[in-house]
Amino acid sequence: MSRISKKFEALRNDSKTCLISYITAGDPSIENSLDIMQTLVNSGTDIIELGVPFSDPMADGPTIQRACERALSKNTSCLDIFELVRDFRKHDISTPIVLMGYLNPIERMGYEAFAKSASQSGVDAILVVDLPHEEAKEVISIFKKYNLESIFLIAPNTKIDRIQEISKYASGFLYYVSLKGVTGATTLDIKKTEEQLKVIKKSINLPLAVGFGIKDANTAKILSKNADAVVIGSAIVNIIEKEQDNKSKTNSDIVNLMSPIRLKLDENLISGEKP
Amino acid sequence: MKTNQNKNLNDFNLMKYGYPDENGHYGIFGGTFVAETLIEPLTDLRNMYYDLKKDTDFLHELYSEYKNYVGRPTPLYFAERLTEKINGANIFLKREDLCHTGAHKINNTIGQAILAKKMGKTRIIAETGAGQHGVASATVAARLGMECVVFMGEQDIYRQSQNVYRMKLLGAEVVPVTSGSKTLKDALNEALRDWVTNVDNTFYIIGTVAGPSPYPELVRDFQAIIGREVIEQMENIDKKVDALVACVGGGSNAIGLFYPFIDCDSKMYGVEAAGDGLETEKHSAPLNKGKIGVLHGNRTYLLEDENGQIIETHSISAGLDYPGVGPEHALLKDLGRVHYASATDQEALKAFHELSRVEGIIPALETSHAVAYSMKLAAKMKKGENIVINLSGRGDKDLNTVARIEGIEI
Repeated sequence: MSRISKKFEALRNDSKTCLISYITAGDPSIENSLDIMQTLVNSGTDIIELGVPFSDPMADGPTIQRACERALSKNTSCLDIFELVRDFRKHDISTPIVLMGYLNPIERMGYEAFAKSASQSGVDAILVVDLPHEEAKEVISIFKKYNLESIFLIAPNTKIDRIQEISKYASGFLYYVSLKGVTGATTLDIKKTEEQLKVIKKSINLPLAVGFGIKDANTAKILSKNADAVVIGSAIVNIIEKEQDNKSKTNSDIVNLMSPIRLKLDENLISGEKP
Repeated sequence: MKTNQNKNLNDFNLMKYGYPDENGHYGIFGGTFVAETLIEPLTDLRNMYYDLKKDTDFLHELYSEYKNYVGRPTPLYFAERLTEKINGANIFLKREDLCHTGAHKINNTIGQAILAKKMGKTRIIAETGAGQHGVASATVAARLGMECVVFMGEQDIYRQSQNVYRMKLLGAEVVPVTSGSKTLKDALNEALRDWVTNVDNTFYIIGTVAGPSPYPELVRDFQAIIGREVIEQMENIDKKVDALVACVGGGSNAIGLFYPFIDCDSKMYGVEAAGDGLETEKHSAPLNKGKIGVLHGNRTYLLEDENGQIIETHSISAGLDYPGVGPEHALLKDLGRVHYASATDQEALKAFHELSRVEGIIPALETSHAVAYSMKLAAKMKKGENIVINLSGRGDKDLNTVARIEGIEI
């Protein structure tokens, strides 16, 4: 069983919601990223999504775009990120790591070389934002060969038959983009998202994660009722941006953001409201 | 001469050359590399376009706009004095600079704006580099009574202040883009972000034959009026087309000229911007110096670093200053059907002056690259052979740039 499946199974047994945290690797430096990853796990993160910086992140909002620019100003490459994951794995063999990025840096390295190094360093899955399944056949089979799972996005305007088609190619979990917009947007309609999650949940077998625009514990809690995982991204990256010169402040602010979310998600465990 | 007498968009079905395939691929190039939220609007656009290109009412409306609003057909002008001076092949200029707004860009924007209207969209967005596509988009938005927002890199806003003012006069909002290199590629990113967010009421008019499918195909089809007119105009004077030349940034004016000739035996030359020289790092020539990669929704040749990050490009002409190129050009390069040459900033400037003095036509700096290469090419060709240059735009917008280089403040 893959690390991601194991994680979801364990959480399901404890009736817990999976908390996924996103940071851009190399923002503000690879060394800081390692610290931040450990802080995230210590403050309740179950799965880490590591952004692979790209010069033209067209699906991301200004926050993650600037994070990419900071990482690229230090020339962060795929090889640096594999090194980071390898270092992280020295102390943590259970937290799944998903690399999230755009196709071009992967294609430049070569699918085979990328997949091999990713797998060897301890990466569990890849989410390529600008790669719909129609264009992904070759990549998915290479990822599979190296035991990497392929995460796909679904959007508010993805029709049900397409969601079912996507779930045939997907493994690990499906990532529901909760709004039409870019990462970190402010206009999340919680009621509507809840409704959509209910519909999607019925038509897939994979765990369902929801992200884009989730910034606080209450929103996370509400959405967790109809999803297996919630993703927090831009809210964390905002802290990193604000405190980039101050490592300990970055880490304490992240704990202050994430711990309440974890607590809120686990709040009703005893009363057995979940799953 | 064997030609393809395509009079309408749907007549292209008769061509032997059958790209793109049903998934928007040009061989290994093209495709649909976008985040999931854009899949539905792109699918809607493709379905709508495939229906409309067979629809006589739509074609009637389009051709009526071409004639009465754009000012088509544009003349095919025999450049007699330039031909004499070069003393080689006869040089003909396809006068796209005489289109409304001063460049070929409006052939495409008018077509896409009519599509937008048929799809019930009320808001148009566009990206622009030099401002020509922005102006052409703002113009058709005014013509059809639609809201228009144009994304433009902060750098380009400074370089092209006159076009910014033109867009504002036409009622468009110009949004400065401050991310990345603050130029055309970043304006494209920002337009895509806006589209993802406002997809319900917004139509994105892409300015060139790049982007996710179906954009490269529909922009090509709207621009192919250029080549179709050339076929007819050359037949009317009973001349054979031996060579076609056009500048290539994204490549819309070049495809517009080339496409109807693809099944014929005319030679074709696309001219990229060599900037300071192909041997330097300051150029915009992905077909000559790039690697295959994925950017802005399609697979094509790109200028990128060893980690796959897109690098900043350079050209004296803002309209050619782009790190990618339309996927169909990538295919035509690999097929060997089109030869992709280049011209430096200096060569383009020299051609800019030459055409102004010898023919009384001031070309855009983009177009000047095609003129520069054509002068070399014509000299090597036989007398009596014919070369057609796509004179894609007029040079008025570049007067400040050229004057500044020569130390003159206007």
